[in-house]
Amino acid sequence: MRYLLRRSAHAAFLLLGVSLLAFAFTVLAPGSYFDEMRLNPQIAPETIVALRSRYELDRPLPVRYVHWVISLAHGDMGFSFAYNTPVAPLLLVRARNTLLLTVTVMLLAWGIALPLGIWSADHLGRLPDRLLSWGTAALLVIPDLVLALGLLVIAVKMGRLPTGGMVSLNFENLSFLGKTRDLLLHMALPVAALVLSVLPLLVRHVRAAVAEVLLAPFLLAAEGHGIPRRTLLYRYALPAAANPLVALFGFSIGTLLSGSLLIEVVMSWPGLGPFLLEAILARDIYVVIGGVLLSTLFLVGGNFLADLLLYWADPRIRTETGA
Amino acid sequence: MRGRRAISGWLVVLVALHACVLFAGFFAPYDPTEQDRGRPYLPPMRLHFLDNRGHFHARPFAYALKLAEGSFDQYEEDTRRALPLKFMVRGANYRLLGLLPSRLHLFGAENERIYLLGSDAYGRDQLSRFLYGGRVSLFAGLLGAGVTVLLGLCVGAAAGYYGGWRDDLLMRLAELFLALPWLYLLFALRAFLPLAVGPLEAFFLIVAVLGAVGWARPARLVRGVVLSAKERDFVRAARGFGATDGYLLRRHILPATSSVLLTQAAILVPQFILAEMTLSFLGLGVPEPVPSWGNLLSSLQQYSVLVSYWWMYLPALIMLPFFLGYLGLGSELQERAEPYKIER
Repeated sequence: MRYLLRRSAHAAFLLLGVSLLAFAFTVLAPGSYFDEMRLNPQIAPETIVALRSRYELDRPLPVRYVHWVISLAHGDMGFSFAYNTPVAPLLLVRARNTLLLTVTVMLLAWGIALPLGIWSADHLGRLPDRLLSWGTAALLVIPDLVLALGLLVIAVKMGRLPTGGMVSLNFENLSFLGKTRDLLLHMALPVAALVLSVLPLLVRHVRAAVAEVLLAPFLLAAEGHGIPRRTLLYRYALPAAANPLVALFGFSIGTLLSGSLLIEVVMSWPGLGPFLLEAILARDIYVVIGGVLLSTLFLVGGNFLADLLLYWADPRIRTETGA
Repeated sequence: MRGRRAISGWLVVLVALHACVLFAGFFAPYDPTEQDRGRPYLPPMRLHFLDNRGHFHARPFAYALKLAEGSFDQYEEDTRRALPLKFMVRGANYRLLGLLPSRLHLFGAENERIYLLGSDAYGRDQLSRFLYGGRVSLFAGLLGAGVTVLLGLCVGAAAGYYGGWRDDLLMRLAELFLALPWLYLLFALRAFLPLAVGPLEAFFLIVAVLGAVGWARPARLVRGVVLSAKERDFVRAARGFGATDGYLLRRHILPATSSVLLTQAAILVPQFILAEMTLSFLGLGVPEPVPSWGNLLSSLQQYSVLVSYWWMYLPALIMLPFFLGYLGLGSELQERAEPYKIER
C-alpha cells in the first residue's frame, strides 16, 4: 500500500510542478491575445487596457496562478480568449477524441506486439526473427510525419478511406450501426499511422525482454519437464519478463501522445493536437496551459496504471516494505 | 563481433550525405528561391537513355514538358525537345559554405530548366529546395543535439558530483521535463516565444527550444555515470593527493561520460531533425521562402496537392537514408557501450 501512496504523491507533485512551470513560461511570452487588436483602429487603446485588466494579464504572476488554481477547482481551468468561454469544457471534448484514438491504438499495438515479440524471441536468430527485426528497423527509420503523409497519399490514390475529420457530414442521420461504421472508417488512417509508429519499439522491447528470460535456468528446467511450448512462453516466460515491459507501457504512452498530437493535425482529427496548435497561433495562453497539463495528466495517469500493473505482476514490490 | 571497426560504416555514409547538403550550392542545379511562375507543380522529369526511336545515348537526357492537350495542369513529355543532362555547368550564383562565390553546378541543362523532383506551387525546383532545406533541418538537429548534450553534461555533472540538495533540485526538475510528452513540451515552449520572426532568428529559436526540451535524459544518464565514477579508487586517490574539484571533473570523471554522451547525441539528432520538421511543417518554425524539410512538406496539408501532385511527397522519401544513417550509428554506439546486451 505504501508503494501506491508514494506513487500517487509523486504523480501529484508532477502535476503541480508542470503547472508551475507552464505559468513561469508565460512570463517569457512576448505579446498576448489582445495585441492583434492594437492594429485595429476601431478599438480604443482604453478598451484593450480594460480587457487586459479584466483577464488579469496585468497582474503579477503569483496572483494569476492562485486565481487559476481557484478556477481549476471550480472546473474551469481558466478562460479562453478566443472562444470567450471557460477552457475546461472546450478541452474535454477534444481530449475525449484524443483518448478514443490513443486508447484504441494502445490496445491494438500491444495486442499485436506481445505475440509477435514473443514469437520472435522464441525463434531468436533464425530467419523469421531476422526478417521481423529488419521489418521493425525499417519502420523505426520512417519518421511519424513521413509515415502519416505517406499513408494519406496512398489513401487518396486508393480513394476508399476518408482522409480527414472524425465523422461524415451526414453523421447525425445515420443509424447506430451506420454511425459506428462511419467512425471506424474515419479512425482507420490515424490509427494505422499511430500503430505503425509505436509498434516497432514495442516489438523490439518485448522480444529482448522475453529472449533474456528464455535463457534463465528455471525455464530450461521447465522445458525439461515437458511443459508445452505455448504454456512455457505465455505462463512462465511472459510474467517473468513483465517488469521492463510494464515500464515500457508507461513510456510508450508519452510517445503515443506526442505522435497523436502530430498525426491529429496531419489527418485533421478533432483532438487536442489541432486545438492546441490553433491556441498557440492565437496566443490563447490558458488553453495552451490547459492542454499541456491535460497531456501530463494522461501520461501520469498511464504511469500510475503501469505502477498498479507492476504491483499486481511483481510480488517483489508487494512484499517490499517502503524504501 | 560486429561493430568493432575503428570507423563506423554508418558514419561514412552520414558524412557523405551531409556533404551533399553542406555543399548544396554545388549539388543543387538552381537557386532554391528562384521562381518559374509559368510552371507550377511540374511533375518530376524522367531521365532517359533510350530515345523514342530506340537509339541509345550515353548521356542521359530528359524530355521537356508541355501542357497536355486541353488541360491546364497536366503535363506530358515533348519528345521533340530533348534536354541532355550536362555536368559541371555554370548557372546561378551561390557562395560555397557561405564564403566562396561560385557559379559551378554538378549538373544542369541548356536552354531549359530541368526538374528531377518536379516543381512546387511557384515553379521552384524541389531538388534544390530539398538540398538547401537540409541545411536548416540537419543543422538545427545537430546544433540542438549539441546544446542538449552540453546542457545535460553540465546539469548531470553538477547533480552527480556535488550531490545533496543540488542533486535533489536538479533531478526533480529533470523529472518534470521527462513527465511531459516531448511534443507537447516543444509546443508549449514554442507557444511562449515570438511567432513572427525572420528565418535566421527562427533557426536559432528552434535550436534553443530543442536544447531546452531534451536535456533531462542525458542529464540523468550523466549523473549516474558521475556517481559511480567519483567513487572509483583512482579518483579517491587523486582527491587524497589534493586534486581540486575542477581537475577531478576534467581529468577523471567527465571522460567516463563520453560514451553515454555520444550515444545520446546519435539518438537525439534524428529526433531533433524530426522536431524541426514538425515545427516548420505546422508553420511554427522556419518561414518561407527559406526552405526547410518541414515547410517543404507542408503543402501536402492541402487536400488538392495531396490528390493531384503526389510528387510533392518525394522529398520525404529521400530523407529516409539520413534517418537510417543516424539509427544505424546510434545502435552501433549502443552496442559498443554494452556489447553483450540483446539488440532491441
